[in-house]
Amino acid sequence: MSILTPYETVVGLEVHVELHTKSKIFCGCSTSFGAPPNTHTCPVCLGHPGVLPVLNRQAVEYAMKAAMALNCEIAEWCKFDRKNYFYPDSPKAYQISQYDQPIGSNGWIDIEVDGKTKRIGITRLHLEEDAGKLTHIDGGFGSLADFNRVGTPLVEIVSEPDIRSPEEAKAYLEKLRAIMLYCEVSDVKMEEGSLRCDANISLRPHGQKEFGTRTELKNMNSFRGVQRGLEYEQLRQAEVLESGGRVVQETRRWDENQGKTFSMRSKEEAHDYRYFPDPDLVRLHIDAEWRERVRASIPELPDARQARYTREYGLPSYDAGVLTASKKLADFFEESLKHTSDAKASANWIMGDLLGYLNSNGLELDDVKITGQGLGEMIGLIEKGTISSKIAKTVFKTMLETGKAPQKIVEEQGLVQISDEGAILAIVDAVIAANPQSVEDFRGGKDKAIGFLVGQIMKETKGKANPGLVNKLLMDRLKQ
Amino acid sequence: MSITVQDVEHVANLARLELTESEKERLAGQLSAILDYAEKLNELNTEGVEPTSHVLPLHNVMREDEARPSLPVEKALLNAPEEEDGQFKVPAVLE
Repeated sequence: MSILTPYETVVGLEVHVELHTKSKIFCGCSTSFGAPPNTHTCPVCLGHPGVLPVLNRQAVEYAMKAAMALNCEIAEWCKFDRKNYFYPDSPKAYQISQYDQPIGSNGWIDIEVDGKTKRIGITRLHLEEDAGKLTHIDGGFGSLADFNRVGTPLVEIVSEPDIRSPEEAKAYLEKLRAIMLYCEVSDVKMEEGSLRCDANISLRPHGQKEFGTRTELKNMNSFRGVQRGLEYEQLRQAEVLESGGRVVQETRRWDENQGKTFSMRSKEEAHDYRYFPDPDLVRLHIDAEWRERVRASIPELPDARQARYTREYGLPSYDAGVLTASKKLADFFEESLKHTSDAKASANWIMGDLLGYLNSNGLELDDVKITGQGLGEMIGLIEKGTISSKIAKTVFKTMLETGKAPQKIVEEQGLVQISDEGAILAIVDAVIAANPQSVEDFRGGKDKAIGFLVGQIMKETKGKANPGLVNKLLMDRLKQ
Repeated sequence: MSITVQDVEHVANLARLELTESEKERLAGQLSAILDYAEKLNELNTEGVEPTSHVLPLHNVMREDEARPSLPVEKALLNAPEEEDGQFKVPAVLE
């Protein structure tokens, strides 16, 4: 029995996603990542007196698109508010956000954990601006502020406290990320900070209705970090409760290296942001025409695509899930199907050889040169008997590295399969003559011996002999 | 509306202002007077009037998503109290 057994874990996540507009939300400065410090600033985002913010239409449309993809209701009217706080990452000393009128509310997404589907509610999605980046220097006596990121449009997505385990939290984030990628509103790279996650977590005895006291976790910089941070924190809270103590409501910082959370010891005063409507920005009205136009731009989302793959191509649900986890991968798969009708073969090559190669080399699909068309054509060559599945492995590797068409690779490297019976028979006979012991073993009942003989034949032909034909001809000869 | 010295201390803390005891007393009185003045608005009958968040009868003032040149970094840093490596240098503030 684990120390966690008497308790139910309750988690809610707050996720910030940067929208990949070209310019900032309230001014024309570029949002591109990685520019030298303070080269993407202007009087508006630096908070100089007398300037006026003007809302970026694209940021609004991306937020609408994200909200609708998360099944949210879209507000017909909403406004922007000032969230006041003093911290050197914000030159204006307030953040423009949405307080009581978020652009989206009452949404949900479905996640899958241990083969079961579960619906996680989304309380709200609102639009706001990002803050700058601080680097602490001089052994903690000074900080450097880079304001390039100030004013980058963000959506904050707040889940209901429906998540019951660290695994569910990870599944929720992965689904959220996939949906954002499908909608093409963000590149959602956690390492570049374009997706950031804070978590609220509490424990309560099974059956209790009221939530326990929660802590808020910050600084989890990867999906794995979120899962590990929550795993640590649920154990820590259980230990506090089991020893008769009380969980203190506080913000805790996850330390990836130490694998622990630490109290951030922020002062006792509750945050008092004194929200009020921003007088520099007029209200936003989203009428049905605008809303439906944006809705029409939402592509088929991962769940729908997964269902279609099992229905149309007869793929197992697992395969369909892997292929549709990323839009690029799913597009690649569909491209291959324009050149072969064998969906299962394509899925196998993608899940085995392609993802295996990408994962073991830490690469993304964009980093390799193979195309869906190339894969489809290669499967066609196997079907026609031009190459064997074994040779196809070589062709596939060459496609990954060069992007050449499979037919061309086969010609250039002389990989065409030998399907000439006479030619293979000659080699079969030679191998039988050279390995009398194995032949005797096989005839004496050792079935395994045939594998050795086949191996020898393939070696003689540099793997190019048609394996089906080799087996058939070898068996014929051995049974004589 | 009566603003206490404790209220003044709270607001001063949020605004990162350091006040003497006599300033706190004086501001408590002044803030109370200002709020009392604004209280007059509550005497109006607003029944049937839609709440509004803005005085202008405008909505959807937006710009297209086009990147424009930013300030050169030297200009951006002109108001920096101190600078280092193209960045604003500030006293350490650790949350």
